[in-house]
Amino acid sequence: MTRAPSHRGYWIGFAVVVTLLTIAPLVLPPFWRRFVTEILIWGLLAMSSDILIGYTGMVSFGHSAFFGLGMYGAAAALLTVKPPNLWLAIVYGLVGAGAVAVFVAYFSTRLREIYFGITTLVFSQIFYVIIFTWTEVTGGENGLTFGQPGLGLPGLGSVPFTPDLLHWFVLAVVTLSYLLLRRITQSPFGMVLQSIRENEPRTRAIGYAVERYKIVAVMLSGLFAGLAGVLYAIQNKFAAPDFVFFLVSGEVVIFNVMGGIGTLVGPIAGAAFFLLVREGLSRYFEYYLIPVGIIFVLMVIFLPQGFLGFLRRRLNQ
Amino acid sequence: MSVGIPVDQILVQTVNGLVNGMILALVASGLTLIFGIMDVVNFAHGDLVMLGGFVGAGTIAATGNFWIALVVAALVVAVFGAALQISTLRPLLGRDPLTTILATFGVSLVLQKYALWQWGPSARNLPEPITGRFDLFYLQYPWYRVATALLAGIMIGALWLFLKRGKYGIWIRATTQDRVMASAMGIPVPWVHTAVFAIGAAMAAASGVLFGPLGGVTQTMGADFTLRAFIVVVVGGMGNLGGSILAAIFISLLEAYASLVVSPAQAVIVSFVALILTLLFRPTGLFVPTPK
Amino acid sequence: MLSLRDVHTYYGKSHILHGVSLEVGPGEVVGLLGRNGVGKSTTLKSVMGLAPPASGHVSFEGRDITGLAPHHLARLGIAWVPEDRRIFRLLSVMENLRTGLDRTGVDDARRAKLLDKVYAAFPVLRDRRDQAGGTLSGGEQQMLAIARAMMLEPKIILLDEPTEGLMPRMVSQIREIVEVLHREGVAILLVEQNVALTLAVSSRVYIMEKGVVRHQAPAADLRADQAVIHQYLGV
Repeated sequence: MTRAPSHRGYWIGFAVVVTLLTIAPLVLPPFWRRFVTEILIWGLLAMSSDILIGYTGMVSFGHSAFFGLGMYGAAAALLTVKPPNLWLAIVYGLVGAGAVAVFVAYFSTRLREIYFGITTLVFSQIFYVIIFTWTEVTGGENGLTFGQPGLGLPGLGSVPFTPDLLHWFVLAVVTLSYLLLRRITQSPFGMVLQSIRENEPRTRAIGYAVERYKIVAVMLSGLFAGLAGVLYAIQNKFAAPDFVFFLVSGEVVIFNVMGGIGTLVGPIAGAAFFLLVREGLSRYFEYYLIPVGIIFVLMVIFLPQGFLGFLRRRLNQ
Repeated sequence: MSVGIPVDQILVQTVNGLVNGMILALVASGLTLIFGIMDVVNFAHGDLVMLGGFVGAGTIAATGNFWIALVVAALVVAVFGAALQISTLRPLLGRDPLTTILATFGVSLVLQKYALWQWGPSARNLPEPITGRFDLFYLQYPWYRVATALLAGIMIGALWLFLKRGKYGIWIRATTQDRVMASAMGIPVPWVHTAVFAIGAAMAAASGVLFGPLGGVTQTMGADFTLRAFIVVVVGGMGNLGGSILAAIFISLLEAYASLVVSPAQAVIVSFVALILTLLFRPTGLFVPTPK
Repeated sequence: MLSLRDVHTYYGKSHILHGVSLEVGPGEVVGLLGRNGVGKSTTLKSVMGLAPPASGHVSFEGRDITGLAPHHLARLGIAWVPEDRRIFRLLSVMENLRTGLDRTGVDDARRAKLLDKVYAAFPVLRDRRDQAGGTLSGGEQQMLAIARAMMLEPKIILLDEPTEGLMPRMVSQIREIVEVLHREGVAILLVEQNVALTLAVSSRVYIMEKGVVRHQAPAADLRADQAVIHQYLGV
């Protein structure tokens, strides 16, 4: 079972990381500033996926659906309601992602591993096709563009987002999400999820209503993934069907595995690593995904715990 | 009751559905065989189709002969498939099925980007080996399409015969049913696995070449084939060869009919729905007798 | 010919065999008795590479075969007849036999002879030649499992509880088979719950308890004085 690392060292490390991320926009050039914000958003998506893969043991290729629905939900709010309201965008996005999550949750209780994975993949594709072809509503292939809302606080009015402010907002959301998810995964609920991953029949035999736990896990996972989609929409001011294509889900799974499943932090690190490599390598070698892909396959074979798992084992020795 | 759609359109789509179905059956047979014998969900299967298409295109460019290209593509991809299985799948035998999905997904990614690198983003159109059309109702229907369906059918038939008779067919069926006991009987199970993967890869490659003149070969076609093959395999019953073939035809027919009322891009939703309904009500497969 | 020395085997984290040592000489019939769960089947599986030992050695005809894959062992002349028979249910009787019969280096004449021999020993298999293995009765499946092993022309057969679930008439048929095999010089390591049968056909018997061999004696001695058996098996 995944245990929390020693408390003091952990919180110090945590504080250091958050501080660095907070300072980042002040010291980095604009491109990298934006890049760090994006890493955080993808990190949130990867983290949400970890709830299912790493903690409950359910592989999902459907996160692109949650992400995409969150994105388009936010787009809907920002396009239909004037003036564009940040919180409404978040709500719409969460509702959109949540609706999909309900479906997926239902299937999670009826299907075993592989079939569940394939079904989530198919779901992503269903949404992809709908979004891609329903041009009048979703903008089809070209997606939707919209204006960025301001950071509106009740009673204080709305402040337009500067890249820095947006970055801090995203950082706050992601940090809070992380803390919340961490709390959940370390709670008794989280322990049950892990025991489902390790041995589902036994968990059921002990008397836990496995179905209910799975449903909650899927809902949680879907909502946080949708939140990531909302953040992405707000940052980039567009929504496109590409993000709903199942290969995006595949990339998320890659983040998870490379970083280390079942660690929450691992997937964020995996996302950061992957995106950095992509940035770095793509300047020199356009087809950087070939070596990265090969490394990924090798990791699956030899380092299934991911980087973090590997490090953790080394540190424990 | 008036359907509102002319009968001849329905009949034309029936023929289209059958043709597409046979190609899909060729792809899905390999996938289901591989799953049945080694519990591997080969995410890269569609990319093997794509590879076959490109190798075929290259061979045609070099030799001008479609049939040689078909054979060469099948052989080359078979060898590649064997190498792939030995290097990445053998070490994963007996581990969590999630790992093989991830590994083959990684392979799929590498293959797609490799194809992009080697052959560029534009589609290759393969020339039809059999030209000429015949009158099918209101259309001039290409003979080649009929030939494709026949060829695919012959290849599947050959596979069936191979499995049902002959020493190696018995080895494959025994290993599929009980790999431990097969090994205890002296059957070299690791090599049987490799051989089956190679056979599946060869069939996928052949599909790619056959499909070439119909839809062109591009590096993104893999994802589409993989997804459809998965759907077919699940609907037909995983590991069930006959079921996959029936399911491939069934689903292709459904899609063909659906494209009479919606656009082809949307017609594909029909197959998704078929999958979901199957999983909900007959999860072991539509064409499989209800399990006891 | 076959010897196990201090074999320790685990299933996951469970330590099943705690240092098993035993031997089977060429052409010998050796019995392995013990209560349920004591590790008898695991011992056979450890030989057959299905439950590779964590430590200790298994050797056959002087060669170390510890942990070798099953298909190598079959080729060396070790055949396994598992407790649940494990007939290939969707293969016909003939095809089941062919999994062992279709070996390299066996010409058609020899194959025909082998087949005739097995059909002579088990006439019912000839009758059911083209029937699917799964449609056979329990007793017929047991016969098929043994016949299939014979197709390998083995030097030793690892027989795991052949009489389990069989009617008395079949039990005596099994006994006859074992005796026929013995006469042909095939060694047998027989795991059984049926004490009488074991004592009747074996020349030596091992008794296991909790993952180790506790007692070893010629069958003749045990036939004469069954006290030791009662002690370990509570029978």
